[in-house]
Amino acid sequence: MSRGTLDRRAVVGRLLAGRGDLLVVAGLGAPAWDITAAGDHPLSFPLWGGMGGAAMMGLGLALAQPRRRVLVVTGDGEMLMGLGSLATIAVQRPRNLSIVVLDNERYGETGMQRTHTAHGVDLAGIARAAGFPRALRIATMTGVSRLTRLVHDGTGPVFAQVKVSPARAPLVLPPKDGERLKQRFRDALRAGRGPNAASRPAAGPS
Amino acid sequence: MIQVTRTYAAVPTDDWSAGVHRVLKDAGVRMVGVVPDAGLARLITFCEADRSMRLVRLTTEEEGVGLLAGAWLGNQRGVLLMQSSGTGNCVNMLSIATACRFPVVMLVTMRGEPGESNPAQVPMGSATQAVLEAMGVRVSRASSAAAVPTLVAAALDRAYDTESPEAVLVAQHVLGFKAFK
Repeated sequence: MSRGTLDRRAVVGRLLAGRGDLLVVAGLGAPAWDITAAGDHPLSFPLWGGMGGAAMMGLGLALAQPRRRVLVVTGDGEMLMGLGSLATIAVQRPRNLSIVVLDNERYGETGMQRTHTAHGVDLAGIARAAGFPRALRIATMTGVSRLTRLVHDGTGPVFAQVKVSPARAPLVLPPKDGERLKQRFRDALRAGRGPNAASRPAAGPS
Repeated sequence: MIQVTRTYAAVPTDDWSAGVHRVLKDAGVRMVGVVPDAGLARLITFCEADRSMRLVRLTTEEEGVGLLAGAWLGNQRGVLLMQSSGTGNCVNMLSIATACRFPVVMLVTMRGEPGESNPAQVPMGSATQAVLEAMGVRVSRASSAAAVPTLVAAALDRAYDTESPEAVLVAQHVLGFKAFK
């Protein structure tokens, strides 16, 4: 498989531009910094630990909030640690959930060691075989724009493996207090709004 | 010679399962994450038949910690059902429940206790309570069928009042012993 060239911050910036009332979970490490670089938001939950659990948090959230769109942004190393969750999610078939893996083929926080995707392991293929009706491999910003539309309006569950460059982006850290991150998320959800909630109509029941 | 009576776990000795299902329903639990155990079979059947509950089958128990954390972010209550061996699979993921104070509630049916016929179940069964407590999960232990629903109700209340994880262990002698004969 060819190495990715996309800039991870540009990818996440496009996914989250005009995010409306999208609910976002990010896996630990660079994806958590990436969503924060796009703008810290009460309806974002960046993980600081629990490697392998991001997709399942997205599933729990998507099932609990079937009228809201849920996006999980995570890395290839994090996703590889929770491959079974792709089977669990495919069985549940939440129509409002998208899982986007920013695949730089590296463990970025530990010294840029290669992950299995550098050796040809096909995450989108695994998701497809698990039963995801849409499992995409994306290597262009045009593809990211199509993915963004799917995240907001498509019928899920959607899985996308986005090939990004292994270049490191500047650290932009989210708040570290997990209790605070949790409470502000729940409060914002109960209040029924994000800062830009009016900019995009809520997704219908799915 | 002392005669040891063995019953199979699939044969219920007492209907604590219906009591626990009622307790879960009364507490507003909507999400039920499951890795099956013979001792949980009846409860799983009750939850699956209940249209107010969503049964989510997991490939490994740690998925359930993330599932319930996500549900709680979405303002929904859940519970995890698992065998004691599965608590070992949850260990690092429980960091999220403890660090962020997610009220993850686990109902754990025990293996590896006196009467166990599979030696491979003994190490994890012996360590279950210590492992959970080491990760910051409060543990209570039901030693009779009648205690199970009561302790589950108490664990749910305490978990939601304090927003922190709880586990209820169901003693193996309450479930009956599985004989490999």
